Amino acid sequence: MSDATANSNPVIAAAPANRIKIKGSVIVMTLYLLFLMLPIYWLLNMSLKTSTEVLNEFTLWPRNLTFDNYIKILTDRSWYSGYINSIIYVVMNTVISLTVALPAAYAFSRYHFMGDKHLFFWLLTNRMAPPAVFALPFFQLYSSVGLFDKHIAVALAHCLFNVPLAVWILEGFMRGVPKEIDETAYIDGYSFGRFFVKIFMPLIASGIGVTAFFCFMFSWVELLLTRTLTSVDAKPISAIMTRTQGAAGIDWGVLAAAGVLTIIPGALVIYFVRNYIAKGFALGRV
Amino acid sequence: MEKTVNQKAWFLILPVLLLVAFSAVIPLMTVVNYSVQDTFGKNQFFWAGLEWFEEMLRSERMWDALGRQLMFSAIILVIQVPLGVFIALNMPKSGIWSSFCLVMMSLPLLIPWNVVGTIWQIFGRVDIGLLGYTLDALGISYNYTQNTFAAWVTIIVMDVWHWTSLVALLAFAGLKSIPDAYYQAAKIDQASRWAIFRYIELPKMMGVLMIAILLRFMDSFMIYTEPFVVTGGGPGNATTLLSIDLVKMALGQFDLGPAAAFSIMYYLVILLISYVFYTVMTNLDKKGG
Repeated sequence: MSDATANSNPVIAAAPANRIKIKGSVIVMTLYLLFLMLPIYWLLNMSLKTSTEVLNEFTLWPRNLTFDNYIKILTDRSWYSGYINSIIYVVMNTVISLTVALPAAYAFSRYHFMGDKHLFFWLLTNRMAPPAVFALPFFQLYSSVGLFDKHIAVALAHCLFNVPLAVWILEGFMRGVPKEIDETAYIDGYSFGRFFVKIFMPLIASGIGVTAFFCFMFSWVELLLTRTLTSVDAKPISAIMTRTQGAAGIDWGVLAAAGVLTIIPGALVIYFVRNYIAKGFALGRV
Repeated sequence: MEKTVNQKAWFLILPVLLLVAFSAVIPLMTVVNYSVQDTFGKNQFFWAGLEWFEEMLRSERMWDALGRQLMFSAIILVIQVPLGVFIALNMPKSGIWSSFCLVMMSLPLLIPWNVVGTIWQIFGRVDIGLLGYTLDALGISYNYTQNTFAAWVTIIVMDVWHWTSLVALLAFAGLKSIPDAYYQAAKIDQASRWAIFRYIELPKMMGVLMIAILLRFMDSFMIYTEPFVVTGGGPGNATTLLSIDLVKMALGQFDLGPAAAFSIMYYLVILLISYVFYTVMTNLDKKGG
């Protein structure tokens, strides 16, 4: 630290100390990001190799660059139908979660009512519930109502944790909107429905976007429940991937390519939600 | 914000209530039902009382799984929390580099869990994986499918890779909320870097850090997919964590009674931690965090 100058001119005095700190932090961040990226790079690397190259040589980058693995996935129905199935139930789940969560979050953010705190806590416990506990009962429940191996079964099952998540995140955004807006709208003669759709929802548009993203994501990454609830018609890509493993002679190249393709939806929107990642995982409380 | 009392708000909650009741209460009641009954097959059940609970509490298998689970959660918390805070302190505060770091760090969080498993399964293999191959070339014996220690190292490093960024991002959000005036005051006092961390940054981060610790504990406590894909619970039972054991019992062997009793005890633990989590959250809300 520099001495007496610190008080009279902190900006200049701070400069040298800062430079050294930044250099240290650049090294730390580079190492950390390298650690994060290497396994992903390796997956990408594998996916672009021919299977002979995967098995016979150890190469840091593909010598015979090939897109055959991707072409196989995108043309083989048993592979690409997995993506379609996944997208169908994920979208269904996102729509259902948002539709029911929006009014509920509004109620939690604006009103006190009987049992509100208990309800809010109960919702949280469902977000935290271990899927392993629910796997067997879900299997029996959805089999008995004839929904087994239907997309809607998975979509409903994922509501277990996505609806609470959506309510909590949306509530976090809604409490930031001043209540005077509601009151003014009611005085102006808006009905609740019109006020909610025309005025309130545009105000929390970013919150709705973030919530949709997180519902999408948590439904997309889940494996245990989807695998339990599907067999053929609605089998998601994640289940197809794990079932390929264990069989003798795994085609690593195709498996890696399938993995890379599942990363894409997250990677596409990641830039837009970068400032909300922490908020979403912390249920809108950061 | 001042909230008004309005019982009609219940109508707004109703859809959520029905939906979550369908997907949470009915299944849970099924579990409760199985946990107190025994069967001879053919869907004939009879009352067994607390037998299954007693059996599970005496079962070495469950205690072993619980022991492994607690060890796993403890190890990853000890690694991820300090590392996450350390990373957060080193992240660029603003500008394009900050965005770049945020995007890169978020990427592992958004990868499907089974693909996380696949990534590390490939990465760690001695014949085709960069990590396994390098370790092997260095003369370190490493084979996560046969060696217990290697299997544990693999799933722990995998979890650190997967989730440390979450702790870092939460801590970073806490750090960003500290007003500049605090740092200027520290500078005037000529506070050391450690003193700034200890007396300004850490107390200000405490709330979000608590959330991070609880989230990490909770999620690691019910982890299933990633270790299942990498090791399948093996070698032997070495990495059979609670969820893996439970699924094995319920869907693999169809031991409904014990599995249900197991589920309920598992669920009660989660309930307890959820309550701590909820208390932390509401306290944070009151402070206006």
